[in-house]
Order: sequence, then C-alpha cells, then structure tokens
Amino acid sequence: MLKTEIKTVLDKARTRGWVSEPDAKRLLSSSGLEVPRFVTVTDPDQIESIVADLGFPLAAKIVSSRIVHKSDVGGVRTGINSIRELTAVFETFSLLDGFEAMLIEQMVSGLELIIGAKMDDQFGPVVLLGMGGTGVEIYQDVSLRLAPVGITDVDAMIKGLKAAPLLSGYRGHRAVNRDELTRTLVCFSKFVMAAAGMIESIDLNPVMCSEQKCIVADARIMLPPVDGPTAA
Amino acid sequence: MQNTCEPPKSPSMESRPAAWDFKRLFQPKTVAVIGVSLKRERHPANVIFNKIHLRYPVEVFAVNPGGGDLFGQTVYTSIQEISQPVDLAIIAVRAEYTLDTLKDCIDAGVGGATIISGGFAEIGRPDLQEQLADLARQHRFPFIGPNCLGIYVPGNIDTFFIPSERMVRPESGKVALVSQSGGVLVDQMTKFAELGIGFSLGVSIGNKALVRELDLLEYLAADPDTGVIAFYIEGFAHGEGRKFVQAARRCPKPVIVFKSGKTSEGMRAVSSHTASIAGDYAVFSAAMAQYGIVEAINELELVSFCEALSCYGEPIDGRVGIISPSGGHGALAVDLCSRHGLSIPAFNQEQQNRIRADLSSSVQPIAALTNPIDLTGSATDVDFMTAAEYLARSQELDAIILLLLPYTPEVTSDLGARLGRVCRRHNKPLIAYVPHVERYRMLIEGFEFNGVPVSPSIKGAVLMVKALTRNKPC
Repeated sequence: MLKTEIKTVLDKARTRGWVSEPDAKRLLSSSGLEVPRFVTVTDPDQIESIVADLGFPLAAKIVSSRIVHKSDVGGVRTGINSIRELTAVFETFSLLDGFEAMLIEQMVSGLELIIGAKMDDQFGPVVLLGMGGTGVEIYQDVSLRLAPVGITDVDAMIKGLKAAPLLSGYRGHRAVNRDELTRTLVCFSKFVMAAAGMIESIDLNPVMCSEQKCIVADARIMLPPVDGPTAA
Repeated sequence: MQNTCEPPKSPSMESRPAAWDFKRLFQPKTVAVIGVSLKRERHPANVIFNKIHLRYPVEVFAVNPGGGDLFGQTVYTSIQEISQPVDLAIIAVRAEYTLDTLKDCIDAGVGGATIISGGFAEIGRPDLQEQLADLARQHRFPFIGPNCLGIYVPGNIDTFFIPSERMVRPESGKVALVSQSGGVLVDQMTKFAELGIGFSLGVSIGNKALVRELDLLEYLAADPDTGVIAFYIEGFAHGEGRKFVQAARRCPKPVIVFKSGKTSEGMRAVSSHTASIAGDYAVFSAAMAQYGIVEAINELELVSFCEALSCYGEPIDGRVGIISPSGGHGALAVDLCSRHGLSIPAFNQEQQNRIRADLSSSVQPIAALTNPIDLTGSATDVDFMTAAEYLARSQELDAIILLLLPYTPEVTSDLGARLGRVCRRHNKPLIAYVPHVERYRMLIEGFEFNGVPVSPSIKGAVLMVKALTRNKPC
C-alpha cells in the first residue's frame, strides 16, 4: 500500500527532517507522478556505464543530507553534454561540504510550475499550484485549496492564477497539457492525504509542464520536528 | 508506475456529538442574573438585571447569596430558591465561583447560561474554563463564554452589561452575527442599526470554552428567523477550520466571515516555499472561497455583504447594469465595479434605441444609454422605471445598480417602492445608492421596505453586488 511505502521512506528520513531528492522522487513516482529518469552515483568511474541509456543533455545535482537548498550552494548543473563534463561536475560537487552522491537525470523542458502541500493547523492538508522556479516567493502567483482536490478544484486553481493565460498558450508559447496537469495535481493530492499525519510541507519545484507532460524536476518533502505536532 | 488517479470523493465529516439544544438559552421566558451586587450600583450584573427587568418581555430574577433587595426587587440567595424553572442564567460571579454556580444551575434544571465573568484563558487560566466545559458537556448544558457579553435578540433578550441608553440596537431582522469579541459585536450593531439592517441574533462568544462558531453555525442554519449568518473570527482551534467550512457548505443560507489577525504569520522559520507562501491567513482565505463562504475583508464589506445577502440569497455572475441621473456617478461606479471584478456590458445601438423610444420627451434627446445609463438631471420617475424595466428583463445582466440623487426635481419619494416592484417581478437584484440624509428617509425606506438594499456610498452599493457573486464556491 502507498501509505506503508510512504511511512517506510519518511521514517528513514525522520531524524534528518526532510526526504532526499532521490527518495522523494521514487515515492512520487509510485504515487503516479512523472519524474525524469535518473540515477545516483557515488563513484566517478561508474558514470559512463550508468548513464549510458539516459542520453544527453543531462542535469546533475548534489545529494546531501545537510543541503536543503541545492542551487544556493552551486549544487545544480544543467545542460551537460558529455561524460567528460559529468565527471568534472562530479569532482566539483565532491568538494562541497556534506557531499554524499550525485544525482544525474534527463533534462526536461516546459513551463516552470510549483506544486506544493502544507499541513495547516486549522484546516489540515492544503495543496498549492503556482508559477514555479526560484522566483516563487517574489511573485507569489499561487492558488491554494484544501486537499483532497478533484478536477473542478484544479480548474478553479488554474483560473485563480494571474499567469493562467500562460498555461493556455500565450504569444507563441505552447499550452501546457491540462489533462496531465490535472492528473498530476489529483495524484499529488492523494499522496498528500495518505501522508497527512507524517509530513509538514512539500515543494515540487519546478514541475516542468509541456504540451505532452508534467514532470517533477525537483522535490522536497519536509517532515515535522521529531517531537513536534503533526497536523492531521 | 501507476498512472491513473481517480478524483477523490468529497471529504467526509468526522462524527460529532448531537447538536446543542439552544432553544431555552436564546428564547428564554425566565431569566436569572446571578451575581448582582447590593454594594456597587453599576455592577455589570445590576445593569443586566435592570435592563431586562424594565425592557424585555421575560420574567427576571436577581441572585446573590446575601439576599436582600435590588431596585425594589427581591434578591434570591440561590438559583434553587427561585420557585419556577429558569430558562437562562446569566452568570456574573467571580471566576473562582463559576464552577459551583454552574453546578447549581445544572442541578436546578436551568436551560442554559451565558458566563459574563472574566479571569480565564485570557489571563492564562485555561484550566478554569476547561473545568466548566467538562461539567457542561457531561450534563449537555449549553453555555456561552466565559468572558463575553452574551446574547442579544431584538425585542426578546439582551444580556450585554451596557446600559440601554448607551446602546444602539438593530431592529428585528434576518442577520445573525456571531463574534468572538464583544466590543466588535457592539460596534457592528451600531453600524447595522444606522443602515437599517435587522438582526435575528447577536452572540458574543468570548473565550468560546464550550459553544463555538461551529455549534452556532449548525443552530443558525436551522433557525427560521435567520437568513444570513455572519461571523467575526479571530482564529480556529486545531483542525476546527476544516469542520467549519464543511458545515458552511452544507448550510443553505449565505455565510459571511470577517477575520482579524490577517497579518500574523507562523512563529517558526519555514524552509519550503509552500509553507512560506501558504501562511495562516492565506489558507484561511482560500478555504473560505473554496467552500462558498463570503469573506469580508473590512467592516464596510461586512455590513454591505450582510445587507445584500439578506435581500438576495441566490448567487449571480457579475454583469452589472448601472442607472443614474449623473454621468459622474455612473463613471465612478464603473471604476469600482471593474476593481471588484464586475463587468459592465455595453448596450448596442438597437438596444439603446428601444430604451430611448420609451423615455419622456425632455430626456429622450439627451440621455446617454450605453451602460452606464445616464438619464440626466431631468429624469422623471417614469424614465427610471423605463430603464429599470429594460435592464431587469435583459438576459445579459445579472444585477442593477441604481445611483439615485434625490436632489433632481422630477424624482418623487414613491420611486423606491415602484422600482423595487419592477425588479422583484423580473427576479433581478436591484441595489440602490441614495445619500443617507435624514430628509430622504421616506425614499430610502421605500426601497428598503420593498426588499431593495440601499447603501449610503457608491462603493457600498458595488460591494453589495460583489457579495451576490461571491456567495458560491469558487
């Protein structure tokens, strides 16, 4: 069952306070969300064999239990086109404080959205949809909704965004696949309901939405303090 | 990887104990005021006893263990000493005596209580009020408070410790207002009274140790005297907000919420974007909209929303027709409408011709009829009726705002009543702006008595239309 799987992964991360990106992506994937194909490496000599069937370009990210905000420490590289580059990035990452492994994944493109969740003390599980990327907190163009959400809720959430026209295709940009976005949010909301007593908040940012798919390019699951309250 | 996700079923409601029986508490025939003072003339309990004794159609008894005589009336030494059953006890004893007093009330078969006394959670003694709540729950005994003003039912009962001559009271009407703060309730009652908005019930719930917003929402949803339910809320307890919005969605009446504490954010630093953006108030506001609760963001919205929704309960879309004898007023209203998400569809030439054909000869050549409609200062009652009739029949409009300047010489004081009938016939909400000057009172009442809400400001009138568009899940 999904709930058991969630519990196993979250219990493992409990003392750290958050779930590592590879674990978070595996969980989301088994909940029906799309994630890029990825591998993790700890030994630079493995890179060539392990990435063989991923193809280029690739993205690489540091995996560390001490680094929550990877891009803040230079722990994210995109547009990598060769094994030689990957090996060089590995060497750079391995010098960063707290380095444990490197995650290598297929590059995805599309409109950058954020999908998130929070356990609210008064209202319980809440989901969020908004314009994603690093400027999330500057623009704050988001819609909030009590979970669980259904198809009509997702429609209302999209309608509530200032940037809604961007999602329907705007001045030469392609529209995002509304059915896929809806399916992603509905699946995510189910995941949130199953994890409700165990999580504090979740950022899927960015979720890359194109005409074909919505793919979770990065995921962060924050857990409640070990002795703290869990809003259910 | 599983790729199908069924949409979720609607969230289920946790089981709750059976609803409280508030009948004797809110509609008492016999009242005891416990804790009157024979030493302090203006003691809150004395003020309450005096006003109920002199002004309300209930039998009231004063209680103080010392007995004696207050304003010429017998003071009973205990609730048991009163020979007939008491519906409502108003408890105004010191905090440390409230538990024993409550026990006495329960033993004596009292129907419910308002506990006026302070000295509980608000000064760091939540344990005292928890004891009261535990006892009351055991015996299914409803009480309001502690640390509250209690209840006001026009013409029936008033437990506020404010002398009658200092209080401005709304008349009997359809709006129930439940307030965590007594001060806010009294202040809003003044504003409602000034605007002629009637009350079915006002409740100050104070520390809400036992009876909380959710209990009153369930009671008021079934109360035949209440048409609109409004709340002033400071905050909900853990998980309580979700139960409240779910109950509000099931409620067939409009529910309006006015929240304070919009700016206070969580104390702990947060490390996710979602937790940072989705602060307490952002979630509160989103939850209200999602469940079709109308959130008022300021006091003007609160009174405007209450008035509009007590006249028109059906949700509408936001296409507005505007009629005015002044181009300037029309333009101001258009600006306000678009700022509040309402649209003003323009009439085409053919539509304008049809309205113009029926206007009086002096207005016909000079009226501007695109929407907003400017009938000019020469407009007569008939011109207003003609325009209103056309707009009320239009399928392209959801509501009409009438900006009436009673200074224009051709307008009579019958106009409100006549326009009210036109719009009722076509089932189209009409909202009027009339300057609230005493000399226009008859004109204003002509609207109000015919079910048309009147605002003393253009902005208020626009907010009334906004209320009708917000009265649905979005």
